[in-house]
Amino acid sequence: MSIPNPGRIEPVLWDDWHPVAELAALRHGRRLDTGLLGRPLTVTLRADGAIDACSGPHALPHLDTRYGFVWACLGAPVRDIVKFAAADEPDRIPVTGGSMAVAASGLRAVENFLDLGHLGYVHQGYLGEEPHTDIKPYTVGPREGGGIRATGCRVYQPRPSPADTSGYEVDYIYEVHRPYIVVLYKANPVDRTRMDLIALLLQPVSEESCVAHSFMSYPPHDVNEKSVRGFQQLIFGQDRPILENQLPKRLPLDAKAEISVRADSSSAHYRRWLSQLGVRFGAIPQAPA
Amino acid sequence: MIRLYDHELSGNCYKVRLLLSLLGEQYERVPVDLHPIRENRTAWFLALNPHGQVPVLDDSGFVLCESNAILVYLASRPGVPDQWYPRNDVQALGRTARWLEFATRLSGIISAARNHDLMQEQADIGALRSKARSLLRVLDEHLWFTEQAGRGWLAGEAPGVADVACFPWVMLSGEGGIDRLPWPAIARWTDRVKRLPGFVPMSGVFPASPGL
Ligand SMILES: N[C@@H](CCC(=O)N[C@@H](CS)C(=O)NCC(=O)O)C(=O)O
Ligand SMILES: [Fe+2]
Repeated sequence: MSIPNPGRIEPVLWDDWHPVAELAALRHGRRLDTGLLGRPLTVTLRADGAIDACSGPHALPHLDTRYGFVWACLGAPVRDIVKFAAADEPDRIPVTGGSMAVAASGLRAVENFLDLGHLGYVHQGYLGEEPHTDIKPYTVGPREGGGIRATGCRVYQPRPSPADTSGYEVDYIYEVHRPYIVVLYKANPVDRTRMDLIALLLQPVSEESCVAHSFMSYPPHDVNEKSVRGFQQLIFGQDRPILENQLPKRLPLDAKAEISVRADSSSAHYRRWLSQLGVRFGAIPQAPA
Repeated sequence: MIRLYDHELSGNCYKVRLLLSLLGEQYERVPVDLHPIRENRTAWFLALNPHGQVPVLDDSGFVLCESNAILVYLASRPGVPDQWYPRNDVQALGRTARWLEFATRLSGIISAARNHDLMQEQADIGALRSKARSLLRVLDEHLWFTEQAGRGWLAGEAPGVADVACFPWVMLSGEGGIDRLPWPAIARWTDRVKRLPGFVPMSGVFPASPGL
C-alpha cells in the first residue's frame, strides 16, 4: 500500500505531509513531474478535477489539498497537514506565491528565512537598509505544539510590504512548525494590531534540492493579490541565488561545523532542534561525540 | 506617458526596465501575473499582444511587443543620444543588429534552462547548458577582441541597446545552472554595465560591489 522506503528515510519526514504542487499552476500544466524525499513524483490534475500522484509504479495513497497546494505523504501519516491558526480567521485573504525550485537543501531555505541578518543586505531597499543592519536581541524558545518560536524581533524596513511606500520598524514573530515548514508573522501595514502571515513550505525533493512554496494570509486591507505575489517573487528571487551558492548544500547540524556570522540565535536553535528530532534528510548530522 | 506590461522575474522585461532607467525615463509598471496565474493568456492581455508574452510597451497609445523592438524604438526617439541606437554609423548599426540577434538566441536557451531549474519544466538540460556555453564563449571572445581594440561595448564606442539586450540573459545564465566563471572578458563587461549611471538590478541580479 505505501511507498517503499529503501533509503530508510526517518519517519519524522517519511510519515509526514509535504507540499508537492501549487494548485493554480497545476490547473495550467495539468501534470507536474517533481520529486519528494529522493523519489520521483508525478502529480496529475484529471479532467474531472480529481488529483492523482504516483511515484514510479506506485500510486500515492495519501494525498490532500490545503492552502492552495497539493500535499502528499509517502508513508503512514502520523499527524495532520500543518495548520496555521491565524489563517482560519474568516476575513483573511489567502494567496499562494508561485512555487520555485532551488538547488539547495530545503533546510537551508528555512534557516535563511529565519535569519534576520540577511534582510539588510540581500533585500536591501525592501526589507532592510544600511545602516540599520544590526540585529537587536530577540527571544527564541520551544513552540507549543512542537518546533521553535522567536519573538520580539524588530527590524527597520524601507519597504516592508507592497502596500508600503515608506519605511518603519516592523515587529516579527517566527515559528518553525515542522523541519521543512516555517512561518512568520509581521504587523499589517494598515492595521498594525493584526499580523500578516507568510509561510514558506519547503518540498524536500532531494537532499540538495527543494521546491519553495509560499502561502500568505492577509487581513483584508488593500490586498492586491497580484502585487503581493509579485513582491513575494521579487524577494524570493533575491534569496534563491544566495541559497544556491551556500556550501555545503545540505545544512550542517553541528553548530561548530560552520564558522558563520550568520549563525544567529534562531539558526542555532533550529539546528539543535533538528538534531534532537533526528532529521538527517537534507542535513549533515552532528558527528557523534 | 510610457507604460510597461511587466514581470519582475522576466529577463526580457528587465532589458526594457534597464534601458528606461539608463535613459532616465519615468514610466509606469503594470505587473502581469505570469506565475502561476498566467494572466498573459487572458483575453485582455492577448488583445494587447497576441503572442501572450511580456514585455509590452504602451507609449501614449503606441503599443509594441518584442523586447528588442522596444529597445530599438525607445533608443531611436528624438532627443535620445545617438549612442544607444547608432543609426549614423553603419558598422555599429550592423553590429547592433547582430548582437540583438545574439540576445534572442541566448534568451531562448537560457530561459529554457532557467525554466527547467526554476519552474521544474521538462527539458534536455545538458544540451541546453552546452549550447549556452558555446554562445557565451562566442560572446567572451568578441568582448576580448573589442577590449584589445580599445573599446568596451558590443557594437560601438559607447554602450548601446546591444549591450542592454544581452546583459540580462548573461546575468541570468547562473539561474539555468550555467557557470560564468570561465569567461573573464564577459565578467569585465558585466561589471562595466553595472557601473553605468542609472543602472538598475533585477531580482536575482545584484549591483556591483562598491569601490572595486
Ligand atoms: N521574443 C519575446 C520573448 C518574450 C518572452 O519570452 N516573454 C516571457 C517572459 S521572459 C513570457 O511572457 N512568457 C510567458 C509565456 O510565454 O507564456 C521578447 O523578446 O519580448
Ligand atoms: Fe530572504
